[in-house]
Amino acid sequence: MSSPESGSYDATEAAPHGKPRATEWPLWEVFIRGQHGLSHRHVGSLHAADAESAIKNARDVYTRRNEGVSIWVVEASAIAASSPEEKGPLYEPSNDKVYRHPTFFDIPDEVGAM
Amino acid sequence: MSDPLFEFLCRMGDNTLVLGHRVSEWCGVAPVLEEDIALANTALDLIGQTTLWLNLAGEVEGKGRDADALAFRRDVWDFRNVLLVEQPNGDFGQTMMRQFLFDVWHKGYLTALQDSKHDQIAAVAEKSLKEVTYHLERTMDTVIGLGDGTEESHNRMQKALDKLYPYVGELFVRDDVDDAMIAAGIAPDPAALRADFDAVLDAVLREATLTKPESDFAHKGGKSGQRHSEHLGHMLAQMQWLQRTYPDATW
Repeated sequence: MSSPESGSYDATEAAPHGKPRATEWPLWEVFIRGQHGLSHRHVGSLHAADAESAIKNARDVYTRRNEGVSIWVVEASAIAASSPEEKGPLYEPSNDKVYRHPTFFDIPDEVGAM
Repeated sequence: MSDPLFEFLCRMGDNTLVLGHRVSEWCGVAPVLEEDIALANTALDLIGQTTLWLNLAGEVEGKGRDADALAFRRDVWDFRNVLLVEQPNGDFGQTMMRQFLFDVWHKGYLTALQDSKHDQIAAVAEKSLKEVTYHLERTMDTVIGLGDGTEESHNRMQKALDKLYPYVGELFVRDDVDDAMIAAGIAPDPAALRADFDAVLDAVLREATLTKPESDFAHKGGKSGQRHSEHLGHMLAQMQWLQRTYPDATW
């Protein structure tokens, strides 16, 4: 039940999950859209026999307090993740390219969150 | 017979109370975390509905009793729930079968109850129906999944059906209280809802590869309060012990 910010994927998740035991349901990653207009966010994972029951389980596990208007589930094994070892080559080159950030513009308040 | 409207509201509230408590017994011990939370949600839905029904019953009675007083200060013979809901949980499959049978009936009954001439009853029915529609979706899938699953799960579900089917008939019995409710336009004729119930049940059982027992024998006596099964007293002892031991205790 990690929040999207806690980064449950940052170090370990790129490692293979290993073969599930025969008696174990597959793992599903759950994405929930909090309100119209916002995008789906990862909220956590759960086990379920199939997609339909994964959505039902997600409804019961992650939307008990009225958190969502839409649920996506994806089998965890279907997610391709970048590898932590490649952190340097992948992300560091953009560190010194401040001009890629649109921070030199004044954004009118009326625009709201971007 | 006491006021039929009071009786009727106790029947509605006691069904959800007793089943809600039964389902809550799974909290923390369900086979997987996801089912544990789902069962707890169902139990909470049912207990929430109980509060509405029994508070209304207390109002109608006019003796100053609220939902808590009715839930915790009555003994077995005053309960008006059907026998189905007081049956023990058994294994997970049996709990799911009990819930499924109840959900099919509950959904049909609440749907009809939305047209009640009693505004508050119609409103409670409408609110409950949203929750119950989801309960049924869930139990229907589970009954099909386990019935048409492995040999082990199939056998357990068939056993659960054989055990619980004799408690189905009571849901559709029409008696004096029902007559009074029908005459006043407050509640539907329970017997008239049987055909729709059977249609859903047959379709689901077919998909679940389960066989409906041939005998239509029905245990009765819960709804009328004449004869509950031995299980209800044990359940109430556990549910009510705190209020019985320390009357009026609060948090």
